[in-house]
Formats: sequence, C-alpha cells, structure tokens
Amino acid sequence: MNELAELVPYLGKHKPRAARAVVILIALVAPLIAILFGRTWVRVLDFALLYMMLALGLNLVVGFAGLLDLGYIAFYAVGAYTWAFLASPHFAEAFPAFAAGIGAADGIHLPFWLVLPVGAALAALAGIILGFPVLRLRGDYLAIVTLGFGEIVRIFMNNLNYPINITNGPQGINLLDSMNLFGWDLARSIKLAGFKIDSLFFYYYFFLLCVVGSILFIQRLQISRVGRAWAAMRDDELAAKAIGINIRNMKLLAFSLGATFGGVAGGLFGAFQGFVSPESFSLMESIAVLVMVVFGGMGNIAGAVVGALILTALPEILRHIALPLQQALFGQVVLDPEVLRMLLYSLAMILMMLLRPKGLIPAHARYSRPEFVAAGEARA
Amino acid sequence: METLLQQILNGLVVGSVYALVALGYTMVYGILGLINFAHGEVLMIGALSALTTITALMGVAPELPPLMLLGAGLLVAIPTCMTVAFLMERLAYRRLRGAPRLAPLITAIGVSFLLQTVAMIVWGRNYHTFPQLISTTPIQPIEGVFISPVQISIIVVSALLMFALVTLVNRTRLGRAMRATAENHRVAALMGVDVNRIIALTFVLGAALAAVAGVMFASNYGIAHYAMGFMPGLKAFTAAVLGGIGNLAGAMLGGIVLGLVEAVGAGYIEDFTFGFLNSSYQDIFAFVILGAVLIFRPTGLLGERVSDRA
Amino acid sequence: MIRLLEARAISKFFGGLTALSEVSLTINKGEVYGLIGPNGAGKTTLFNVLTGAYVPDEGEFVFDGTELPTGKPHVVVEQGIARTFQNIRLFRDMTALENVMAGHHIRTRATIWGILTQNRRTREEERLTTERAFELLRYVGIEQFARTVSKNLSYGDQRRLEIARALATEPRLLALDEPAAGMNATETGRLRELIERIRADGTTVLLIEHDVKLVMGLCDRIAVLDFGKKIAEDVPAAVQRDPAVVEAYLGGGHHAQ
Ligand SMILES: Nc1ncnc2c1ncn2[C@@H]1O[C@H](COP(=O)(O)OP(=O)(O)OP(=O)(O)O)[C@@H](O)[C@H]1O
Ligand SMILES: [Mg+2]
Repeated sequence: MNELAELVPYLGKHKPRAARAVVILIALVAPLIAILFGRTWVRVLDFALLYMMLALGLNLVVGFAGLLDLGYIAFYAVGAYTWAFLASPHFAEAFPAFAAGIGAADGIHLPFWLVLPVGAALAALAGIILGFPVLRLRGDYLAIVTLGFGEIVRIFMNNLNYPINITNGPQGINLLDSMNLFGWDLARSIKLAGFKIDSLFFYYYFFLLCVVGSILFIQRLQISRVGRAWAAMRDDELAAKAIGINIRNMKLLAFSLGATFGGVAGGLFGAFQGFVSPESFSLMESIAVLVMVVFGGMGNIAGAVVGALILTALPEILRHIALPLQQALFGQVVLDPEVLRMLLYSLAMILMMLLRPKGLIPAHARYSRPEFVAAGEARA
Repeated sequence: METLLQQILNGLVVGSVYALVALGYTMVYGILGLINFAHGEVLMIGALSALTTITALMGVAPELPPLMLLGAGLLVAIPTCMTVAFLMERLAYRRLRGAPRLAPLITAIGVSFLLQTVAMIVWGRNYHTFPQLISTTPIQPIEGVFISPVQISIIVVSALLMFALVTLVNRTRLGRAMRATAENHRVAALMGVDVNRIIALTFVLGAALAAVAGVMFASNYGIAHYAMGFMPGLKAFTAAVLGGIGNLAGAMLGGIVLGLVEAVGAGYIEDFTFGFLNSSYQDIFAFVILGAVLIFRPTGLLGERVSDRA
Repeated sequence: MIRLLEARAISKFFGGLTALSEVSLTINKGEVYGLIGPNGAGKTTLFNVLTGAYVPDEGEFVFDGTELPTGKPHVVVEQGIARTFQNIRLFRDMTALENVMAGHHIRTRATIWGILTQNRRTREEERLTTERAFELLRYVGIEQFARTVSKNLSYGDQRRLEIARALATEPRLLALDEPAAGMNATETGRLRELIERIRADGTTVLLIEHDVKLVMGLCDRIAVLDFGKKIAEDVPAAVQRDPAVVEAYLGGGHHAQ
C-alpha cells in the first residue's frame, strides 16, 4: 500500500496519508468509470486483478528470492484445475459409477472456502516438488528447468484424459461453479430498485479484496526475517550462507509461497471464467506474468501491481484503438490483437532490460520497520 | 528387433538436427555464458525464409530441378539467419555484457518471442506445407527398416557440417581466437583478439548451422510455421547441456543421444508405464533429461567440473 | 585453558593442488589466534572448510566438544562460528542496519503465521532485532550510517559493517579474513581496538592477516601455513624467530616454481 501511495504524484511525497486515500479511492471507483465505456472494461479490470495476484506471487519468487521461474503458470493451472475438479459436474462425467456411488451424480460441488485452500495447498506442494530438485541450480539453468516443468504440466493437462479422465484433455473442463460466498452467487447480477448491478462488479470487489490481502501479506513478509533472508540470498548466496541462512529452506519457502498465490489466483480464475483448458496455461502466459514483474520492477510490490494493470489493460486498449485504425488505414486487419499483445510483451521485455533494467518503478525496498528504525535513531 | 533398429534410425535423424542446433547454443554459451533462448527461432526463420524463396522460384521457374530449388532456399536462408543473429547480438546482447545475471536471459526470452511474433506477422499463423524437394519415399536397406532419401541427406549433411565446424574451431586462426575468447575475454583482448568481432562471428556461425537445420527439419516433416523453432530449440539446448555445455563434441554427442532416447523412448513408453503414458508424452523426455543432467551431473557427459570460488 | 576449536588433520585438494595438508590446530577460549602465511598458503581455504562453504577431503573440526558437520554452513553458524570475507561480501542493496539485521536471522524464530498476523511475539522480536542491530553498528562505530545503503559506504566502513553483521549471529568464535586489507594506518589502529574489544567482551577471534605489526601486537598465538602445511604454531615472539617461518617468508626460493 505504502509503495503504491508513494507513486501518487506530489501527494506521495508530501502527504502520504492523502496519497493512500487516493489509491484506495481509485481502486474503489475504477470499475464504475470503466463501465461507462462498456462491460468489457470491467471484465478487463477483473482480469487485471487476477494478473496482479499472479504478478505479486511471481515477484516473490523472482524479485524477492531472485529465482527466475519460467513455469509459474503451472501453479495457476493447479489452482484452476483443482477448482474444476472439485466444483463442477466433471467428476461425475469422468467417474459416473463412482460418483453415483458416493451420491455425487452431478459432480462434486464443494464450497469456495474449501476448494481455494485445497488448490493453494496443492499448488504449494507442486512448488515444493519443483523446488527440491532445482535447489542447487544457477539462475539461468533454473529458468530453463522451470520452463520445462511448466511444459510438463501442460503436456499432462493435455493428455490426462486417458486412461483416467482427470483433465478432459485439450477440450478442458466446462460448467465450473461460480464463486458462491455463503449463498451469495457472485456470478448473478442483482436488480436493486430498478438498477441492475452487474456480476462483474461483485467479482471486481472480491478480487480486489484478495489482492489487498496479498499485498498486506507480502509487505509483511518483506519486512521480516524471511524477507531479509530472501534478499540476502538473492544478493549474495555465499554471504547469506555465512550468516546462517538455510538456503534450501528459504528457496523452498519462496517457491511454495509464490505457488500458493498462483494456486489461489487459479481457483478464482476458474470460478470467474467458468471453464478451464490447457490453452490458458501456455508458456506465453508464464512469460506474460514475468513481463509484468519485469516491467513494473523486480522485487517491488508496487511494480508488480502497476505492471499487471498496465500490461493487462494496454493490449485491450490497443485492440480497441488499433483494429478500427487498421481497418480505416488499410481496409483490413494487419496485426490482430493476439499479435499486438505478443509484440507488446516481447518489446517490453527487451526494451526494459536494455533501457531501464530496474523497471518502471525501481525498487527501493525496505527490510526494516521505519518506526523501529526511528526509535533506534532517537536513542542513538 | 526391426522396430528398435527403425527407432534408432529415426532417432539418429532427429538427433543430427538437434546436434546442429546445439552447436549454436554451446558456442554462444561457451563464449558469453548466455543461454541464447532465441536460437531456436533462428531455425524457424531459416525454414520459413527458405520456404518463401522456394515458393517464389517455383512460381517463376517451375522447371528448375528440385536440388537447385533447395540450394536457392538455403542460399537465402543462411544469410538471412546470419543477419538476424548478428542484429540480435549487436542490438541487444552486446549492451548487456556485465549486466546483472538475469538481464541477458530475460532479454533473450524477449528476443525469442519477438522473432516469433514477427514471423507470425510475415508468414501468418498457419502451418505451411514445405515442398518435399528430396524424396520422402522410404527405401528399405534392410528388410523391415525404412529410411528416406531426405533422412539420409540430413545425416550426411549434418555430419559434414559438424566436421567443418570442428575443423574451423580446432585448426584455424579464427578458431583459436574463438577458443581464447571463450577462455577469457580480457586475456584474449590482450593477445590482440578483437573480442567483439569474435563474439559476433560466433553468433553468425551458429545461425548458419541453425538455418541449415531449419531447412532440413522442415523438409523432413513437410511443414513449417512460426512456432516451429521453439521445441527443437529447447531440445537442442538440452542436448548441449547433456553433452556438457561449452563443449563442441559434447553438443554433437548430446544431440544424437537425445534424439535416440526420444525415438526409442516414444516407442516403448507405453510398455514401460503399463499403458498409462503414451507417445503424446514424447516431449517430456527432453525436459526430464535436462532436469536430471543439471541436477546430477551439471557438467554433462563430457564437461569438466567447474567449481564456484568462495 | 579451555579448548574452543580443534582442527584435526584437515586436508583439502583442488584437483591436483593440495590447498591444505593435514592441518591441525587448537584455539582456546578467549584468545586471538592468528593465521598467517604467504599468498596461496591455504588460509582462506581453511576458513571455507571450517565454515562449511567447502567440504574437507580429510579431517574434522571439533567445536566446543562437538564435531562440526561438513557442508552445512547454517549449522556451523548456529553452533557459534561467524566469518567475514577477504573480498567484502555485503548485501549491496540493503542499508547498513538491514545488513546487520539479516545477520541476526539465525537467532530469530518468527514463523510465517506470526509474520502474517504480526502477533506480539513477532513484533517484539522484530523490534529487538532492530535495536540489537543499532547496538552493533554503534559497537563497530558506524551507527551514523544506519540508513546508508551498504554499497555506498567507504571501504573501511564496509569492513566494519561486515564484522557487525558477523557479530549479529552471536558467535563464540569470530573468523576474520584479512580485515585490515586496504586500510590506512589510522583505520588499522581503530580496527585493532575493535578486535581487542571483541575479545574483551568474550568472543574468541581467529584472524587471518598479512599486516605483521597488527598480528604480532594482537594475537596470543599464531599458526603459520605454507603450501597448505602448518609449519609453526606458537606465541608471536617465538614464531617471529622460527627459521622455517623466516624461510617461508624470506627464503622464497621455492615459491618461484
Ligand atoms: N575453489 C577453488 N578451486 C581451485 N583452487 C582453489 C580454490 N580455492 C582456492 N584454491 C587454491 O588453493 C590455494 C590456496 O588458496 P587460499 O585462497 O586458501 O590462499 P590464501 O592463503 O588465502 O591466500 P591469500 O593470502 O592470497 O588470500 C591457492 O593455490 C588457490 O589457487
Ligand atoms: Mg585468502
């Protein structure tokens, strides 16, 4: 929060509390403004929030702990498929006899407060499974091996419809339950005194809550013995060992905590989207999240948030500007939206590294609590 | 027995392509310590630019003999790839020497996706049929074992190119300069080697090999498209690591071994896993090998132990 | 006299090179123990195998009665051995204070749950860590730079900061690898005072140093390494007169090979 507030021009420096209020206000009214331009834009904001969670989680791994993970989307997939398996008719379709036997003839439909933690735990487990073998790998090798891990997960998603139908192969799984908060189905729009409140709003505020929770947690992590240990390990592994940091545990912790965020975001994604398929978890998506982290600034909470927002919104804006523009200029679409997105991401990655390697918002990360530091100084 | 022999043969063909591409990875890694993630994309550019050339020529001069068409394709593909590699080194990687360790790799990933995107713009998203200029009709040298002329040419051409490269690196002044640079940039510079030029040359040489590999790959499978370089690229990198990265002989050995493991593995994976996994899992072999080698023998089959200094 | 650390016939080879050859030595509680020898003698390597950065090929270390595990640096620190590096290794982007706080890691216990909820225990621990870090900065004399990012400190202050960070692990044995390297005479003088204070406060010191005056003035006993072998171990005055030592430093003939 504080890091975000610091970004507000002028106020950020001079009136931090006002700046924080501005940030909160923007977050609260954003969808109300977006709806003026159409529902799509609220949807874009919803996705931006999901990507923020992903970027925050990956930033933990890449930015805080310095481990370049190119297979991060696999954890998102684990979360999403967990939701698909535990909250959709799929189970009954895959194992009709067994499902009927346990009285789940129309599939399993567990509540979110059970499915999300299970998804998060499975993702964390996947993080540890990935983490163990790669503990000793150097930066670039680690990147390639994690990429391979992501691809392996994708291959399994694509093929695990046989001999047991777990993932339903390339078609993916449909009809996922929506988010149901103790009887309140977020996917249902509500009519209130003649006003229709779109379900996209409900998801927005729910996701916003999740993102805020993530930010608070990650901020607390950063200013703690764990955050300092990660930073130490990232800056100089040998010196970190020499002060007694258990590198193995700290790396595993980074992988599993980062994966947890991916798992939760995946569950939310499944509920929001209503279907999952391997296509949503391609390498390109891993790269997209990485670009968000790199673009915003590695090791920086505000960077991850702003990076995710800009790089989710920009392709959509381009889509809405560039397509009509191309139609008008050339009479046809030369660069379709997907190409534009890839172009944007790849250029962002290259140019950022060449021109501004610390990202849009260079991290000046804190690893100590300001009030304690001030107290210490006062005594000195 | 015949099936095994057949699979070994198939593995040898794919393996030689991996080996050619792996040489590019290993040379660049040896000299810069950089995983040139975009090297696989160079292969793709090679295949597609050759395709464009061949299609155009077939349009204007349909009576040209197939081999000539293929030669013309290569004649365009090779310089195109060399230019692409030269530009990426010059415009991106060179500025990042001595940057924090993750920066060059992230850039390389960016370059890789940029090349794919550009290829998507130029050649579209569709799969293109690559003309079968060398016959793919299999012959039967041994009862029950099939090999096509195009496969034979792949093995022969790869072997010749590898021999040429090894001779270049081991026997010429240029090769000596390359080895010196790989050993230590500063010392090489003191010995009068133009380090920047050598690094650029390394990229360009690797790209030439990748161009040929791309054309062979496309000829063998009869298709080409914008994302075709990615998997072979990753696998070739695996091959380079498997053989011991930075080591030319290792890259070749690694390529062949990986090709063999994949081909034979795909044939038997169903038996091994009692039908649970089938040949659609073929791509997993490379990743598992990559992980296993890096974890258990990071120096590869032929590499030497290098320890970090405390 | 109570033994604190005992090295028993430690050997370490790098390929064909013998960096340490059956080195045995004993360090007593409360002393400053010097380790000297020509360049490449194996002094830093001894630190590396002692602190678990490398695994010795032969021999073992006994620290305060228990054998140290090999290749487990964090356990060694936990047991109470801290070190500094010959070529300073700080966490560049952290402030001086945070560097020292990081050094306190092994003596803190906060769990992920505690960090998430910021419960009383975690906050209290964090406050104490901060306070302790300030104390250590004051102890080594750089408290005015608490908020300075460590890479911006002067060379001498970086060395002091590294010592403070090592002290934050609450060691019983502090191993310093050439702490005076690159320091001018005044700085060396202050360093000497600091090391004496550390000893007076109850921490045993193992000191690698080329500065002969500093070593001779500071150390209770000195071991001399040459080509990985211990060629002498005695009080400074005796070591200075030892012909083998004189030969190693001055004779030099065999070093040309
Ligand atoms: N990781 C390593 N790999 C190979 N050789 C090494 C390694 N570390 C040290 N050596 C070699 O071991 C020998 C002892 O080195 P060491 O650094 O321990 O010497 P030193 O006594 O600390 O010297 P100096 O006074 O120069 O610091 C040297 O010949 C050195 O080259
Ligand atoms: Mg030394």
